[in-house]
Formats: sequence, C-alpha cells, structure tokens
Amino acid sequence: MSTESRVFLDPTSELEPVARALAPRPASLEGNVVGLLDISKPRGDVFLDRLETLLGERGVRTLRFRKPTFAKVAPVDLRHEIATKCDVVIEALAD
Amino acid sequence: MGGAVLPDGLVAVVKRDCPTCNLVAPVLAELAAGGEALTVYCQDDPSFPPGIEVVDDTDLDVSLSLDLITVPTLLRVEGGAEVDRTEGWSRPAWEKLTGRSPLGDGLPEHRPGCGSLTVDPLVAERLAARSTGLRSRRVELAAAEDEPEAFFERGWTDGLPVVAPTPARVLRMLEGTTRPPDEVVALVPPAFGECTVEKVAVNAVMAGCRPEYLPVVLAAVEAACSDEFNMHGLLCTTWFAGPVVIVNGPVARQIGMNSGVNALGQGNRANATIGRALQLVVRNVGGGRPGEIDRATLGNPGKYTFCFAEDEEGSPWEPLAVERGVPEGTSAVTLFAGYGPHAVADQLSRTPESLARSLAWALEGIFHPKLAFYTDAVLVISPEHARVFREAGWDKARLRAELLGLLTKPGTEMVRGARGCAEGMPESLADADIPKYTPDGLLIVHAGGGAGLFSAVIGGWVRGEIGSTPVTREVKT
Repeated sequence: MSTESRVFLDPTSELEPVARALAPRPASLEGNVVGLLDISKPRGDVFLDRLETLLGERGVRTLRFRKPTFAKVAPVDLRHEIATKCDVVIEALAD
Repeated sequence: MGGAVLPDGLVAVVKRDCPTCNLVAPVLAELAAGGEALTVYCQDDPSFPPGIEVVDDTDLDVSLSLDLITVPTLLRVEGGAEVDRTEGWSRPAWEKLTGRSPLGDGLPEHRPGCGSLTVDPLVAERLAARSTGLRSRRVELAAAEDEPEAFFERGWTDGLPVVAPTPARVLRMLEGTTRPPDEVVALVPPAFGECTVEKVAVNAVMAGCRPEYLPVVLAAVEAACSDEFNMHGLLCTTWFAGPVVIVNGPVARQIGMNSGVNALGQGNRANATIGRALQLVVRNVGGGRPGEIDRATLGNPGKYTFCFAEDEEGSPWEPLAVERGVPEGTSAVTLFAGYGPHAVADQLSRTPESLARSLAWALEGIFHPKLAFYTDAVLVISPEHARVFREAGWDKARLRAELLGLLTKPGTEMVRGARGCAEGMPESLADADIPKYTPDGLLIVHAGGGAGLFSAVIGGWVRGEIGSTPVTREVKT
C-alpha cells in the first residue's frame, strides 16, 4: 500500500524529442545557394532585400521564400523546396 | 497477477476479520486433517486460521482472480478449474461440496459470510488501479521525495502545486466519461504527441478537476488542437493571448460553473480547474513551455486558467454556442485566443445607442486604436448592461451591427503617422473606410453579477486564416 501510494502516472506524451545536431557551418558562402525566408512579419522584406543586395554584390546566389503566415509552421512543401534548393538559409524572424 | 493457477482439490478463502471465517476455522482444520487436498488462502493474516497451513493472499491476487464477493468461500477445483463454489457457512452446502458428512459439529446450520477484502471500497480502488490497463508510464518517488517538489522538478506544473496523479485518482477521473482511456483525443502541439483520454485525465487530476468536469476538458482539448484554432501558433507567439474557454449549455450548471458574480475571477473550482487542465495538457502532452516554445513577451495571468460559463438564463439573447450552430440545450465549449479582460464602465447610459458608444470605445483600443481587422474580440455583457439592450429590443445582431458601424473609421485617422503616431494602417488605405472588426470576429456573451454597470472586452490575437479562428465543439459524455 505504501509503495503504491507513491506511484504516479506520467502526464507527458512520453515522447523524447529527437535532438538533431546542427548542420556543419560552411567556411564561406562561395558556391553556396542562400535561401532568404520571409515569415510574413511586417518589414521582414526590408531586411531580406538588403541582404539580397549585399550577397549579390559578393557574387552569392540567393533565392527568396515566404511563409503564408508567421503564425503557423511553414508548409511541408515549402520546407522541402528550401532544403533541396539551398545550402544555407537566412530567416527574417521578426518585425 | 494474470490468472493464478489453482491447486486441485478443495480451496478456501478466508479473512481473520470475519466472524464467519472464525466460526468455520475448526471445520477447515477438520478438512485439512482429512484425506483430500485442501488449500486455504487468507486475505488479511497468513497465520489464520491457526494450526493449519495457510497461503498468504494479502496481495489479494488469488482473491481477485476468483472474483470473490464473500468470505469464506469454498471451492472445488479439478484440473486447475473451478467446478463448484459455496459462499458463507451452510452445513448442507459444505457437506455436499466436500462429500463429507457430518461436518461442523456444534455449529449453526447457516451463517452468512462477510465481504471479501477485494470489494472493500478502499481496497477495490487500489486493486482496480492495478489492473485497469492504464498505459501511462509509472513514476515512482523515493521515500524522501516530497510530492509537490518532485512534480515541480520534473517540469510538470504551471508554477502552482498540482494534485498527485495516482492511478486511483486517474481511474476516478475516467469515471467522468464513457470514452475509453486509449481513445486519441487530439494531437497536441508543438510536439504533436498523441493525447489520449487517459492523458487528459492525468492532467485533469493534476489541475484539481472533479470527474464530472472531464467531458468539458476533453472538448476543450479537441477544440484547442483543431487546425482553425491554431494552438501551435498561439503558443509560440510573442503576443499576450492564450486559450479562453467559454462554456454553454446544461453542463455548466450541472458541474457548478460560475457565470454570475466574479464570473471571470477566482474561486469557482470548475472554472478554475477546467482552464488549468487544458493548459497542463498543452504543457505536458504538447511540450509547450514558457521560455522554450512559448515566446510571449509578457503573457497574461489567464494563461494559468481562463474559463467561464455564459449566463444563459438571464440573457436577453441566444447563447454563444447556439449562435455558432450548436443545437439549443446541447452543451458546448467555445475556444477563443484571448487575453484580458479589459473593463468598460458606463453607469449613465440608459439608451442602447449611448451604451453602444461606450462599448465601441473599449473595443477600439484593443491591439492598437489605429490597427484594424487584425484581431477578434469577445464582448462580455453584464446583466445590468444587457437590461438596457433588452428593454430597447436590441437583439445581438443589432448590437453587433451598431458596434461595427461605430468602429469603422476614415482611413485618414488610421494610417501610419496620423494623429501623431507612427503605428497604424498602411498609407494606401488613407482613402478607405476601415472597419476595426469583422462580423464573425465579434463574439458577444452574457455573464456577470447582478450589480454593476460594467462589461468587459476580451482582446484576441491575429485573426482568421493567418492566426486563430474561434472554435466551438459539443461536449460529449
């Protein structure tokens, strides 16, 4: 009885989130395609426009992407497209 | 456990704390001395009956597998299977079952037995917990561990102490619903873990719910985890809002929810713990914790719990859930992504036109006075304010239409830079009339105490497709 009264049920989903290692950082952007992801927050485009210009001046190829809304996770197709087309991603998080 | 194999021959189950078992003790000794195999199990004291060999069944495994109601119970077992049984003391029945006569010289002919320990209410609950098929991982605390501290340490609370979710308490909670414990209620963001009825029950116990609240909690979890409500985004946002639960229908009164004095405040167990249970589900099953995925700049105290019932009886209007398509008399929850409340005082208006202006001014300030159609709002009209509209014959649609009109402003007042403030709507809208809210984004409910010419606005978050849409779900049993 005393042991059973000290047993409790786990309130969590009992899932262990997979801890993924960060992808290796490139030593330089030379030859890499840089994705510029706008999450649809106001003025994120201002920031990314400037980055696009600066990267362009250095001869780095960039691609632009946009989430439909900042309030939801990026659609799986968009994530897949970015993953297959880009080596590096810069995300403009906030306004 | 798992079906103890019974020894062949005679099997008796007794307990010391039973006068009839004491009465038949000499008979058992008589049988033990006879030729046939006899196995005696004792539920509460392996030294009883004295003088014969007794098998310890204080863990009640054998008693439970025999589904006993009464002790003493005498059985005949052949090939491991029960073929005959008699309960209590009855000389003819015992003589027939054992094939020995006379038996129990000097004893009365009949004596009813006592309740088996397995049906003792306190013990039965413990036993049920042992054999229920509850699937949650068992967590055992060391003797020196303090329960509330242990739950804080594991990150399972909202910052306030929780009720320890013992298997017995969770089973009692599950009595509140007809739904099976392993039914999946929702996938809870952000981890999208499968949330079963059992997991909701565990968290409802921790929140302090009574079993009869469980169906409301289940409906709230379902609604919160729908795509339209977008709990994931609501959790991650830097904005203040969290899930607000508004309960309609007979269940509110059945479980004693508060829709009257201090309806949005503390002190009512159902209001307090239903909202809290939802938050604990999001935290524990979904893994949504402040500072991790919950990035609210300031948050709001309603993120501990924000749940209330609409006062339907005193309302001049149809209940919120009915307006949203639920049949009259059916219980439902409506989930709104909100914070607040923002108080509105108007003690002088006696016409609906005048009072509507006061309400509109309060609604105008939500989010930012110069930002429009980003957000929804709930208007909680108190009885004294509702009376003004009732007496003037304004239905909900009329009030809403008037408010939307009052809250439509010329673009020149709303655009960035106007009225000396950089924040506002894009300059391109300068020539437009800008409505603050959409018709479906202005929810109106009736609640509050009978005294006080005050109402409340519960501000929302980003509305519609790009944010959260209010969601109504029926409360099932």
